[in-house]
This record gives sequence, structure tokens and C-alpha cells, in this order.
Amino acid sequence: MRKPSFTTVMLILGLVFLYLPMLILVFYSFNASRLVTVWAGFSGRWYIELFRDQQILSAVWTSLRIAFFSASMAVCLGTLAAFVMVRFGRFRGKTALSSMVTAPLVMPEVITGLSLLLLFVHMAQLIGWPADRGMVTIWIAHTTFCSAYVAVVVSSRLREVDLSLEEAAMDLGAPPVKTFFQITLPVIAPALAAGWLLAFTLSLDDLVIASFVSGPGATTLPMVVFSSVRLGVSPKINALATLIILAVSLATFLAWYFMRRSEAKRRQAMRMQAQEA
Amino acid sequence: MPALTSQRLRRWLKPRRGWVIAVPLLWLTLFFLLPFGIVLKISLSEAAIAIPPYSAMLDFGAETLSLVVTFGNYLFLMSDSLYVSAYWGSLKIAFVSTLACLLIGYPMAYAMARAPAHWQLVLLLLVMLPSWTSFLIRVYAWMGILSNNGLINNTLLWLGLIDSPIRMMNTNFAVILGIVYAYLPFMVLPLYANLTRLDGSLLEAASDLGSRSINTFLKVTLPLSKGGIIAGSMLVFIPAVGEYVIPELLGGPDTLMIGKVLWEEFFNNRDWPVASALAMVMLGLLLIPIALFHRYQSRELKE
Repeated sequence: MRKPSFTTVMLILGLVFLYLPMLILVFYSFNASRLVTVWAGFSGRWYIELFRDQQILSAVWTSLRIAFFSASMAVCLGTLAAFVMVRFGRFRGKTALSSMVTAPLVMPEVITGLSLLLLFVHMAQLIGWPADRGMVTIWIAHTTFCSAYVAVVVSSRLREVDLSLEEAAMDLGAPPVKTFFQITLPVIAPALAAGWLLAFTLSLDDLVIASFVSGPGATTLPMVVFSSVRLGVSPKINALATLIILAVSLATFLAWYFMRRSEAKRRQAMRMQAQEA
Repeated sequence: MPALTSQRLRRWLKPRRGWVIAVPLLWLTLFFLLPFGIVLKISLSEAAIAIPPYSAMLDFGAETLSLVVTFGNYLFLMSDSLYVSAYWGSLKIAFVSTLACLLIGYPMAYAMARAPAHWQLVLLLLVMLPSWTSFLIRVYAWMGILSNNGLINNTLLWLGLIDSPIRMMNTNFAVILGIVYAYLPFMVLPLYANLTRLDGSLLEAASDLGSRSINTFLKVTLPLSKGGIIAGSMLVFIPAVGEYVIPELLGGPDTLMIGKVLWEEFFNNRDWPVASALAMVMLGLLLIPIALFHRYQSRELKE
């Protein structure tokens, strides 16, 4: 056998580094002992306790709702921003728009969180809205930074799409709005789905920005996890982590499976075309 | 990028174009740009025991308009060594973490880009998957591994290699490890995207001309992947400077990072003007890195 190259060894070690801590987390979620690091036999009791914890369950529900609405709004705004940047050529404000799309990708969360909170406080003083902070303010904050990620994902797809399809539709008399919905949208649909999923996970995961802009009414899952984790390790959090890792792995596997299948279909279609020709 | 050539679209869009542009532009201006102006404004006001806890800058008292601006918060930041060393500490820890990410991530991305085509997607998903789970939980994983009665110390004690646990939790080492672990996928992704586009024939030409592989790497591959290195490094460095969760969970009392200091000024001391001044100075320090990232990203968007 050929000696593996240095980079291959680094790739394998890097993947081990990424996955080993998560596997350890999963392993200890089945530990009977309260001490997370001492093995005391197999047990599923932490999962039962997790599902009895009303605080965690209601936080999960709050987070899922915020993530759903944030991702949906972010897909609308982000797609619009991407479309404007890629298809509209030059216009006044383009530099401003593209800066405001790339900056949230790297902006430290404490700065974003603080600035949005101060905005909401000011707005409440000036126009009386939002009267109190909670799910709506978190939704606005998450929509804003998630739409930047969606714009990046969608614009890279828009750039790959063949313009001639859209032009052909319009030359045949389709109005631009119809062309967008019947030609452009279906072609970029995979990117919209990817952007939505990315926005959804980003919103579910955010602790810092939500902590700033939330009020006493809305507690998201990361806030509950954080206040528990600050006090030290807890097997219930391991059980929760295991379920999150399981869900994400399953979703990723399904996405991979469908991507592979559509790729295989595309190849087959191309082969058949080649045979006919 | 050519604009749509179709005459009909142009004609249709002309009156409506502005509206389509306005929606994302207004949203981002209102909820991303404008807030920075407010932070600047509050950083120039004085703390007060009130709700919200700062004094109004514009005052309509006694029929005269008075404008009160104070640079006191900024002077206060400069005079107190706590803040200066927190900024310095953040920059240092972020720099070391970014360097470590680059040294680990570059070979990984390189191996991915050279892997057989049907493997590349699987490898990419494997690298990105952890970043889609939960940031908080991935940091938490290290608490159980690094603590005094954690996995590493227990194993070493059991093997008899050490007599007493090594202190790893609540140190700067743990913070750097946590940052590298959490941000590694964001380093690999742009590097991989860059390296897959690298023209293989250039490398072949170099080796045909007798260039040794190290030499080819240094003279051809490395300069051509500059864009990916900048993007990956900025994606790690900028958020790491303002990191709050990792120093809070893995750091110790001597870990001074500005994100944590800002959080404490805001939530524990309720000193909004000082927290705002801290944010403005941090933004000022990060302006050049953000501009670098933007330049790379907009070049990427044009291709």
C-alpha cells in the first residue's frame, strides 16, 4: 500500500479532532451516574428526565418557532438582496448593500446584539414600538443576520444559472414576474432550501444576540442550556446534545442522498442524450 | 456581471426597480447600519440611574436646546488598564487561534480538494456538519474533557502518568482550543472552495519544469490560494476577538477578553454608555479586518 500523504493524514486527524468530543458527549449521555465523567453503567434515565423538564421543552418550542419564522423571512429578504446584486447591474447604493450583506457574516455577536437592543430601546421611546421585547425582537434580529447568509448562498447559485433560460422565456412573451416565479425560482430552489436550512440552524443556535434583544417573556433553548452549563456539566445536557447531533446528522444524510440521486439522474439523462445524438 | 440584456425586462423594471432594491436595502439599513449610530451616540452620553440607564444627549430644558457630548467613556477606557489588557488579550488569543486553525485547516482543505470527485461532497459535509449542530454544546463538550476530574486527567491518573490532575480548564489554553474547535470548519470551507478552483495544469507545468514539490507549493499553490487564506482567517479572527461564550465557559479569572468584559459591563454593571464605548473601540479595531474580508467576498461574488 502507498504511504498516505501528509495532507491525507492531517485530514483524518482533523476529522477525528472534530468528531471525538461529540462522540464522547453522546457516550456519556447514556451514563447512569450524575457525574458525567465516571462511567457507572448504561442508562436512559437522562432522556426521560429531559422530556420531563418543562423549562427545556417550552424553550425548545419557542426556539423552533423563532427559527422557523426567521428562516422564512430571511429567505425572502436574502433572495431579494441576492437577485438585486447579481441581476440588476449597477445602481446607487450597491456598495452599501453588498457591505451590509457581507459584514454580518463576521460581525462579533456582542456588537450586533448590543446595537440592536439599543435600537429597540430607542424605537420604543420614539414611536412606542416595540413596547416590550421578546419573540418579535429576536425574530427581527435573527432575520437580519440570517438574510446575509441566505444572500451569499443564493447569489452564488444565481451566478451559475444560465441567463438564456430567463431571456428565452421573456422573448416568448412571459412577463418578468412570471419568468421569475416559473423559471428563475425553480432553478434556484435548491439554494433557497439550503439557505433556509442554514438560517434555521443559525437562529436555533444563537445565544448572544438573543440574550441582548430578548425580554423576560421569551427564553430560547440556548439561554436555558447556557444557564445550566455555566454551573457545570450535567448529563441532561448530554442527552439533549445527543438528540441535536442525531437530528442534524439525519438531515445532512438525507440532503446528501437526494443530491447524489439528482446528480445520478442528471448524468443518466446526459448519457441518453449522447446516445441519441 | 452583465446586466440582463432583455429589453423588455429593462423597460418593465425601470419604474419598479427602485422598489425591489429598496426592500433589502431599507431593512438592512434600519436593523444593521442605523444601530451602530445609536451605539456611537450612547457611547458619548453619561451613565445615569434611569430607565434606560443613560442621560439624554439632546435636552430641551428652559427653552434652549443643549447638546451634551462627553468623551468621558472613552477616556475612562484608556485610563483603566483592565480594558486595555482585555483588548490586547482578545487580539492575542484570536491571533493564535486563527494561526492554529490555518495550520490545521490548510492541509485538510488541500487533501479534500485533491480527493476523488465522488469523495469531495462527503468530506465537505463531514467538515461542515459539526458547525450545524450547536456551538454551545460543542464548547460544552470540552468542559467534560478538560476539567480536573475530566476525561484526560482521569485517563492520565489511571495510567499512572501523573500523580495530580493537570489544570487545563479555566486557562487561556482551553479558550484557544475551544476557539480552534468551534471555528475550524469556517477556515476549511473557503480554503477548500479556493483550492478546488486551482488549475491542476499549473502544478503539472511546475513539476514538468523540474520544480520540487515543496518549491511548487510555496511558489504556485500558496500565492494562488491567498484569497482563501484571507477569507478563512477573517472568518475566524473577527468573531473570535469578540467571543463571549468560549472565554465564559472555558476561560478562567485571568482570561481577559473584550467580549466578556462588554457583556459584564452591560448585564452586570448596567453601564450602557461604557459598554457602547467598548463596542465602538472594538469595531474600530476590527475595521481593517472587516474591510479585507469584504474585499475578498465581493471579488468572490463577481466571479
